Amino acid sequence: MTIQTVKMVVTGPFNAGKTEFIRSVSEIDVVSTERKISSIGEREVKESTTVAMDFGRITVDDDLVLYLFGTPGQKRFDFMWEILSEGMLGFIVMVDSTRPETFREARTILETFRAYAPTPYVVAANKQDKEDAWDAQDMRNALRLDPNIKLLPCTATNRESVKNTLLELLYSILAGMEAGEG
Amino acid sequence: MALRGNLRDITFTQILNLVNLAHKTGTLIVESPGETSQVSFREGKLAFARLDHENHDLPAVLNSTGRISPTQYRSIMLHGSEISDKELGLMLINAGILNRDEIMQSLQQYYTGIIHRMFTWVEGLFRFENDLLPPTDRINVRLDLENFIIEGSRQLREWEQLQDEIPSLDMALKFAERTGANMSKVNLSVEEWRVVSFINPRNSMQQIAHAVKMNDLEFRRIIFGLLQAGLVEIVHPGGKPAIAAIQPFPAERKDEQLSLVRRLINRIRSL
Repeated sequence: MTIQTVKMVVTGPFNAGKTEFIRSVSEIDVVSTERKISSIGEREVKESTTVAMDFGRITVDDDLVLYLFGTPGQKRFDFMWEILSEGMLGFIVMVDSTRPETFREARTILETFRAYAPTPYVVAANKQDKEDAWDAQDMRNALRLDPNIKLLPCTATNRESVKNTLLELLYSILAGMEAGEG
Repeated sequence: MALRGNLRDITFTQILNLVNLAHKTGTLIVESPGETSQVSFREGKLAFARLDHENHDLPAVLNSTGRISPTQYRSIMLHGSEISDKELGLMLINAGILNRDEIMQSLQQYYTGIIHRMFTWVEGLFRFENDLLPPTDRINVRLDLENFIIEGSRQLREWEQLQDEIPSLDMALKFAERTGANMSKVNLSVEEWRVVSFINPRNSMQQIAHAVKMNDLEFRRIIFGLLQAGLVEIVHPGGKPAIAAIQPFPAERKDEQLSLVRRLINRIRSL
């Protein structure tokens, strides 16, 4: 018997909600490597951050397992990105809808991952439940996304919302394969 | 009598000891399951080392040890790939880019790294060729073997301890079933993550080691760390003989790929 493992990567800037996203759907306790933040600026946002990566799992059946890998959000850990992108089926770029100052970085991360692997991806506009969240269309414009790239309103702490994001990515992957791109 | 055999019976550390005691000159060739190396000695001192799959030219060594920048490396490869290491070394010194000590330290660091890596090899055919002298077109060093032997002995003890802790790689692993409170305090390395991504009660540790292309010592070290951290537990392979092979996506056939994605979609929908 062959066990097929499939990998998806969840990336995005610091504090975009990657850990929460994986935690919402993983069947195992998300193995994360959060550490106390050393930078004063970053500490103002949250107390700890992911320095290596988060890891979640969804067992599909006896011979198929989906792994979700979350990347570290801080720039100084970007050496991990290429390692993580190897063999991925697709990726999700998480963006904090309430922090426009991170949009430029999100765009850079997106471009970097696209360069590593030409796999399908979607952009998840996280924290859409917050009052000061940007409108999805405004975010699309600010991120300069192509019209054919899905930008999905998302709340990473909400399981249904996360499921929807994963499904939309899978639909994109399926469409690409059926069109002969995958 | 020819010095040849298998690392299973005579460890790399023991071979170094023999070379050191007999002040041997020649080249040791070791063919481990995953890698082949050549280590040359002159009068019982380390002179040169290389792994067959690695570029061991001087520019590559200087680049890997950070003595020259990637830009300088590319420039050298573009314009100076035909000249020998010795000529290149002289040119770098004359151009004031590096001095002799920096070049020698860089090579020593690189060769030492190879020797340390070989300490983790627990199986592999070896032979010592008395007639195969250290390559004259490469820059040789002259490193005493005593420190290597002491380090190798330490690693040998570690290997024996790891074998006691993890006697068989035929067993499988599963994630520890407890709250993740302590997991958030663990900082895993890239290698540890590679192993973690294959953990499943149906995969034997042997299969995981094979999938992540690690030798026994490296793999047992990681498993021991994960066990000590309480992240994983050793279990019998789940119900069936451990014959499952691990195959990363994508499968080769397109219809299989489509089927996999559809199964993923169905599973996510059912969450």
